Amino acid sequence: MERSFIAKNPSVLWFLLALAVFTLGVTVLSEAMGSQIISTSFLKTLGKTLCLCLIAIAMDVVWGYCGILSLGHFAFFGIGGYAIGMWLMYARTHGIVVASLEQGVLPPTPDEITHAVGAQIFSVVGSSDFPVIWAFSHSLTLQLLAVVLVPGLLALVFGWLAFRSRVTGVYLSILTQAMTLALSLYFFQNDTGLRGNNGLSGLQNIPSLDAIPQATLSLWFFWASATALALGYVLFAWITSGKLGSVIRAVRDNEARVRFLGYHVESYKLFVFTITAMVAGIAGALYYPQAGIINPAEMAPIASIYLAVWVAIGGRSRLYGAVIGAATVSLMSSWFTGGSAPDINLGVYIIKWTDWWLVLLGLTFVAVTLFFPKGIGGLFDLIPTKKEDRI
Amino acid sequence: MNTLLEVSGVSVSFDGFRAINNLSIQIAEPELRAIIGPNGAGKTTFMDIVTGKTKPDDGYVRWAEKSISLIGMSESQIAREGIGRKFQKPTVFEAQTVRENIILALKNPRGPFDLLFTRAANNQEDRVRTISDEIGLTDVLDQPSGALSHGQKQWLEIGMLLAQDPRLLLVDEPAAGMTPAERQHTTDLLVRAAKTRAVVVVEHDMEFVRRLNCKVTVLHQGSVLAEGSLDHVTQNKDVIDVYLGR
Repeated sequence: MERSFIAKNPSVLWFLLALAVFTLGVTVLSEAMGSQIISTSFLKTLGKTLCLCLIAIAMDVVWGYCGILSLGHFAFFGIGGYAIGMWLMYARTHGIVVASLEQGVLPPTPDEITHAVGAQIFSVVGSSDFPVIWAFSHSLTLQLLAVVLVPGLLALVFGWLAFRSRVTGVYLSILTQAMTLALSLYFFQNDTGLRGNNGLSGLQNIPSLDAIPQATLSLWFFWASATALALGYVLFAWITSGKLGSVIRAVRDNEARVRFLGYHVESYKLFVFTITAMVAGIAGALYYPQAGIINPAEMAPIASIYLAVWVAIGGRSRLYGAVIGAATVSLMSSWFTGGSAPDINLGVYIIKWTDWWLVLLGLTFVAVTLFFPKGIGGLFDLIPTKKEDRI
Repeated sequence: MNTLLEVSGVSVSFDGFRAINNLSIQIAEPELRAIIGPNGAGKTTFMDIVTGKTKPDDGYVRWAEKSISLIGMSESQIAREGIGRKFQKPTVFEAQTVRENIILALKNPRGPFDLLFTRAANNQEDRVRTISDEIGLTDVLDQPSGALSHGQKQWLEIGMLLAQDPRLLLVDEPAAGMTPAERQHTTDLLVRAAKTRAVVVVEHDMEFVRRLNCKVTVLHQGSVLAEGSLDHVTQNKDVIDVYLGR
């Protein structure tokens, strides 16, 4: 009775179809295609939203399926963003510096170029020397590897230490949150060499592609984000279906019992924690070039908590639920806090959504947890399906 | 009959309370053994020690032909050595179907990458069928196991143990909360399983132990009080005093 992967997971096909239709629709309506309906800045918002959906499904796998409430996945997302941001910033500054030095009488020496690039990038923190962690920033290949490997390695070491000590439940959540806070504080320091609280900026400008208008670049990133989401979705659907998925869900429901069945539970947790951290890194590397700027505040623990809220509202242990939750809540969040939501005048008091959005989100979260534990995704269970008569 | 499990001189204390006190038990292969004793006699702690959940302070636990020590091995390693355990409360994975539960337990490679890249063996469905026929749950293979009755969950758990194909089965109060008909079925299952492997049943219920018709070990305050046939131990004066007399 071994059925094919797609046959066992019809929702994967539906999701890919919906994503393809959405992507094509947005493309046709975008500025790059000569339409005025979707502005470039809104296109970027949509592209960023797809990246948030990608990290949300990673969170769903680690939390919804495996039962590890990680409050650290946004840190991996941020690390991915920093890794690609370092190359973007270095390569672009290098190009500009070389172009301007070539105006001079004498051709510049490599030392002069390095010094000038360093001065450009690090003057905000009062330095012009390249810190050690920028050693590979000249190489796109190495920084792309760092996007995946640094979060993966960090998750591997952290997870190994935490899981082998059998830290579980809320204690593990606190531990992951501590890791996130420590990383964020570390990135805030000027000494770290990542420009402290200034972060990395100008990431929307892609080196040697200056001639291409932002409208077109944004469309490319939108497509890249959609592709990454599609691949991530299939990867996670594959992992969570079949026997591996069965073990992962069993670990969530009764870890000790799985151990007595002969499974090494820690390996499974470590596998899930690490692979989702790597995907979170990729999502971050696609997100920040569309955002244009990254700073350590992005990695603060609150971001990872929002991530858990999205997944809870969308519906845990169903990948499309995480996508729905992340898309809905993050888009609503930017609408409410962006000043475009109309204020409500109560006569005695004016409800400004910029202040009250968080209250609304908090109440929604509480209501979903108490009354609709399956989240928005749970609505799909109400659709009557043909009962398979296999008995 | 060869000795499969040898527990010798084992002691363990929790906060000064001696749960197990110089306990020695030998289990042969194949054998059906019942362990009885009042609450707090150390029956569950004995299982915890054999399965690696609790580390003893003293003594040794030797396993199989090579007499390897089980002390210090992790729960999952011990399970892979061939010791299966059924808990007092039925613990099946309720969100998953009966079939998925059995497949989880089937003796197969157990690493994450093994599961990701190895296709299910061709005979998997046959093995699932054999187990489900044995425990009488073939009709409900595709139902979530959370929907099963209490007795069915107990059988599913025994079936999962059989799927692991262990050499030693440790079964904690299998008949608790069962109807008489369900008890009979459970007895048959255990007696059949004990034909080819060692089965140790921890039980409160004397009537159930009588039906198993096997050698009985009586535990009291963490050590063996008496051992032998049920009739033999029930006539033992010490046993009458501490257990049956109550």
